Amino acid sequence: MWSSSLQRRLPRIVDMPRMTIVAGIIVLGALLVLPQFIYPVFLMKAMCFALFACAFNLLLGFTGLLSFGHAAFFGSASYISAHALKVWGFTPELAILAATLNSALLGYLFAYVAIRRQGIYFAMITLALSQMVFFAALQLPFTGGEDGIQAVPRGALFGFIDLSDNRTLYFFVLAIFLFGLFAVWRIVHSPFGQILKAIRENETRAMSLGYRVDYYKLVVFVLSATLSGLAGGTKALVVQVASLTDVTWQMSGEVVLMTLLGGMGTIFGPAVGATVVLSLQNYLSSLGSLVTIIIGVIFVVCVLAFRRGIVGELQARWPRRNQ
Amino acid sequence: MTTFFHTAEQREYILETVGLSKEFRGFVAINQVDLKVRKGTIHALIGPNGAGKTTVFNLLTRFLKETAGAIIYKGRDITHSRADSIARLGIVRSFQISSVFPHLTVRENVRVALQRKHGMDMHFWRPARELNRLNREADALLDEVGLESFVNLQAVELSYGRKRALEIATTLALDPELMLLDEPTQGMGHEDVGRIADLIRKVAANRTILMVEHNLDVVANLSHWITVLQRGEVLAEGSYDEVSGNPQVIEAYMGTAHG
Ligand SMILES: Nc1ncnc2c1ncn2[C@@H]1O[C@H](COP(=O)(O)OP(=O)(O)OP(=O)(O)O)[C@@H](O)[C@H]1O
Ligand SMILES: [Mg+2]
Repeated sequence: MWSSSLQRRLPRIVDMPRMTIVAGIIVLGALLVLPQFIYPVFLMKAMCFALFACAFNLLLGFTGLLSFGHAAFFGSASYISAHALKVWGFTPELAILAATLNSALLGYLFAYVAIRRQGIYFAMITLALSQMVFFAALQLPFTGGEDGIQAVPRGALFGFIDLSDNRTLYFFVLAIFLFGLFAVWRIVHSPFGQILKAIRENETRAMSLGYRVDYYKLVVFVLSATLSGLAGGTKALVVQVASLTDVTWQMSGEVVLMTLLGGMGTIFGPAVGATVVLSLQNYLSSLGSLVTIIIGVIFVVCVLAFRRGIVGELQARWPRRNQ
Repeated sequence: MTTFFHTAEQREYILETVGLSKEFRGFVAINQVDLKVRKGTIHALIGPNGAGKTTVFNLLTRFLKETAGAIIYKGRDITHSRADSIARLGIVRSFQISSVFPHLTVRENVRVALQRKHGMDMHFWRPARELNRLNREADALLDEVGLESFVNLQAVELSYGRKRALEIATTLALDPELMLLDEPTQGMGHEDVGRIADLIRKVAANRTILMVEHNLDVVANLSHWITVLQRGEVLAEGSYDEVSGNPQVIEAYMGTAHG
C-alpha cells in the first residue's frame, strides 16, 4: 500500500519507474564524486563511448536495425571537432555542434541509400558506406592521414571558461553525456518511439495502418547518427586527438559488442557495456593484443549465458513487486 | 461539390479491378479478375482453399505487385500506389492470420492507429504521456468490439478471438471508407462468431466492406453481393440465393470437400 502510493506520486514527475530513478540518482552521485578517485580523462572517455553505444542502440535495440557503419558518425565527428578546434579556432561548444551536424548530415546520406534494405543487406551497405568514410579520413588533406590530428587545443567554453583543467572539462562532458542520455530516453518514450515500437513488432501491420515505415526508420537513423556525432565530437575534445581508430570497421563492431554486452533492449545497458569494455581495455592494456582475445571470450560467455545482456538480465530477474 | 464529372458507374462502384492477374513464377494465382464493389455494401469474396482470395487482398492493398491489370478506387487508378498510401486513401485491411502489435497493450494497439490522424506520430521530443489524450477515443473503439475490460493487457495475452476483435478495432480507428476483412471469424468459437458478425453489420452502416469468409452462415446473413473465386478466376457472382443455387459453385465446394 505504502509503496504503491509512493510509486504513484514520485514517478509522475518524470514518468519513470521508481527503480530507474533510484538507480539514476546513485549513478549520478557516483559520477559527481568519481573524478576524485579515478583519472577524469578515463571517465570522460567512458562517457563518450557510453553515449555512442546508447545512440547506436536507438537503432539496434529500439528499431531492430543493425547498422555496421556507425564508426563513420563517431569517427568523422571527432575529426570535424578536432579540426574546428585546432584550425578554425572554434570554441569547444561550437566545435562539437559542427561535429554533431556533420554526423546528422552523414546519417541522412547513409539512411537515404540504405534504409530500404533489410537485415544483412542493410548491415552490408552501412559497412560499405562507412569504409568510404574511412578512406576519406585516410586521404583527405586535413585529417593528417595515419597520424590523425594531434595536439588539439581544448579552448575555452563559450570563450571564457578554460577547459584545459580536467576537472572543469569533466563537468562539461558530464552535462553533454546526461543530455545525450536524456535525448535517447526521451525518443524511446515518446509518441514517435511508440511508432518505432509498433514497426519493430509488426512492420506489415504498421504499413497497413498507413505508416510509411522507411520514413520513420530514416528519422531514427538520423537521430542515432546525430547523437553518435555528439559523442565523437566530445571525445576529440577530451583526448585531444582525432585518429583513424575511431572510423575503422572494428569500431563499428565494438559498439555492437558494447550494446549486446550491456543489454540492447534497455536504455542504460549500452552505457554499462561500454564502461565494461573500456575498463577491460584500460586495465588489461599491459597484456597487449591478448586484451582482444579476453574481451572476445567475455563476449561469447555473456552472449551464451546472459542473452539479454548485463542490464537486461538484471531487469528480468528483478522481482516485480510494484507491477 | 466537386466539379468532376461522375458517370453512374463511378458513383456506384467504390472499387473496381480490371483484368487483375498475378503469377508466381509461372503459376497463375489470379487470372483476369474483374471485381466490382458497390459503395455502401457488404461484399463477400468466397471460394475454396487456395482460390486466390488472400492474393486478391494483397494485390488490392499493394503488398503484392500485379502481373497485369488495374485497380480503380473511387475513380482513381491506384495500381501504382504504395501499401501505406493505400491506407491513407481509406482502404484498410485486416489479415487472415491475426495481426496485432503483441507487446503493446490493447489500448496502445489502437492508439498507434490513431496517432497519425492526430499528428502525433513524429513527436520524438515529447513525452509518451501525451498519448493519453487519445485514450478516450481508443477506449470507445475497444468498447465497440467488447474489449473494454482488457485495455491494459498486452495484446499477446489475448485469446485468438479477442485478438481478431482488437484487429478490427484498430482498423476501425482509421475510419476507413473501404474495409477489407480476411476471414474475420476464422478459428473462433460459436459465440465469438456471432459477436463479430453483429459487429461487422454495425460498422458497415457507414462504409463499404469487402470480406473473405469461409463461414457460409455469416456470408448468408451479412452480404449483399458475393463473388466466388476458383483457381484464380471468377466462377460466379450474385446474391446469396443466386450463387448458392449455381451448380458450378456447388460443384466447386463439393469438389474440394470430397476430393
Ligand atoms: N507469395 C506467394 N508465392 C507463391 N505462391 C503463392 C504466394 N501467395 C499465394 N500463393 C499461391 O497462390 C494460391 C492462392 O493463394 P491464396 O492464399 O490467395 O488463397 P486463398 O484463397 O486465400 O486460400 P485460403 O482459403 O486457404 O486462405 C495458392 O496456390 C498459393 O499457394
Ligand atoms: Mg486466404
